[in-house]
Amino acid sequence: MHMLEVKNVHKRYGKTEVLKGVDFTMDKGETKVVIGPSGTGKSTLLRCINQLHPPEQGEVWLEGVKITDPKVDINKVRRKIGFVFQDFNLFTHLTALRNVSIGLEKVLKMDKGAAEKRAMDELKRVGLEPHANQYPAELSGGQQQRVGIARALAMDPTIILFDEPTSALDPELIGEVLEVMQSIAHEVTMLVVTHEMGFARNVADEIIFMEGGVIVESGPPKQMFYSPKHKRTGEFLGKIASLYGEE
Amino acid sequence: MAMGRTFGGRVLSTAVYLYEKVFRGIPLLVIFFLIYFGLSQIGINLNPLTSAVLGLGLRSAAYQAQIFRSALNSIPEGQSTAARSLGMSKLQTIRSILLPQVLRLSIPGWSNEFTIVLKDTSIAFSIGVVELMRQGRYVYVRNPEMVLPIFLLIAVIYFVLVVSINKSLGFLEKKYRMKGFELTVER
Repeated sequence: MHMLEVKNVHKRYGKTEVLKGVDFTMDKGETKVVIGPSGTGKSTLLRCINQLHPPEQGEVWLEGVKITDPKVDINKVRRKIGFVFQDFNLFTHLTALRNVSIGLEKVLKMDKGAAEKRAMDELKRVGLEPHANQYPAELSGGQQQRVGIARALAMDPTIILFDEPTSALDPELIGEVLEVMQSIAHEVTMLVVTHEMGFARNVADEIIFMEGGVIVESGPPKQMFYSPKHKRTGEFLGKIASLYGEE
Repeated sequence: MAMGRTFGGRVLSTAVYLYEKVFRGIPLLVIFFLIYFGLSQIGINLNPLTSAVLGLGLRSAAYQAQIFRSALNSIPEGQSTAARSLGMSKLQTIRSILLPQVLRLSIPGWSNEFTIVLKDTSIAFSIGVVELMRQGRYVYVRNPEMVLPIFLLIAVIYFVLVVSINKSLGFLEKKYRMKGFELTVER
């Protein structure tokens, strides 16, 4: 049994069909990177997995539970699926520490002291211990995103979904976020939508190339970069590589 | 009401919408007369004070709902999405994430509304409530030469009440300010 199974997922917004049947699986500890042009449904796929936007058709299974079943308590499922957002989405009225501990307190019902201790451990993990008592508006984008990652990690999720975690960051801040992601790879299962080809090549176990609402091709980084089966995969990777200065 | 308008189903949000429209669309004096004189015609007899409290309360609720709703709308949607993604229920999200921010952001608007309600108690004079204006009237009817000093005194009393309450709300606003949102431009 795979840890995560996505079966024939379809999603439409109004008249536009964004996902036209997506299938893939993930196993424990794996890191998979989803790449593809804008508007091909990469973010939608992530939102279909944690049911923020439930798919119209198809199934998502997590640890043997069919979570697309409306009878499933979705709040119980979501605590096991971490989500890191492009725009960080930190809670502006809470300090970095409270941003991380509030989920533990309200969702996992830990008492405040224990939750904050655990939150502090997670902030250490992303190198933000000295900034624990600062508010989001006092932190740089890179620091905010690391808080976002700590917030997801703290819940001890089965899988973390990353939705273009570095796209809103200045180039010099991208590195610190990617470093944190690299350091937790293979400790936690990660599904990452990104344009960072360096990360994809060095960290991913598999790259999934999506276009037009379907998976065009997937495979290990080496194969995808050097001997893609589809012409489009090669073209896209070539274009991205020249844009982002990869050799 | 603000929560009902934003998160309630179609029936609830339409009901709140209509309520807001009606009570923001009628002058206070008309509301007072409707409640005090109008209702008595269909057998609901309220004393002047109750009518005034009811009228002011109903109208202010409509305005306050607007204040809270605009505060609610100013919170980026991503924060609710993030809260739900952590596994919080809709109710937990409202209570732990939205409400604490809404209340802070509402203080300036609320302070404004409060002064309006306080000053508009003087309109209750018209349906015979013994409020500050009527107390003044009792005095100047007996001492007509005191009209100017008495109205000046009434004005000062209102002014002091309003200013001191605004001050204390301003203090609350500063105390619960969200860090990092101060204006830091120095020139």
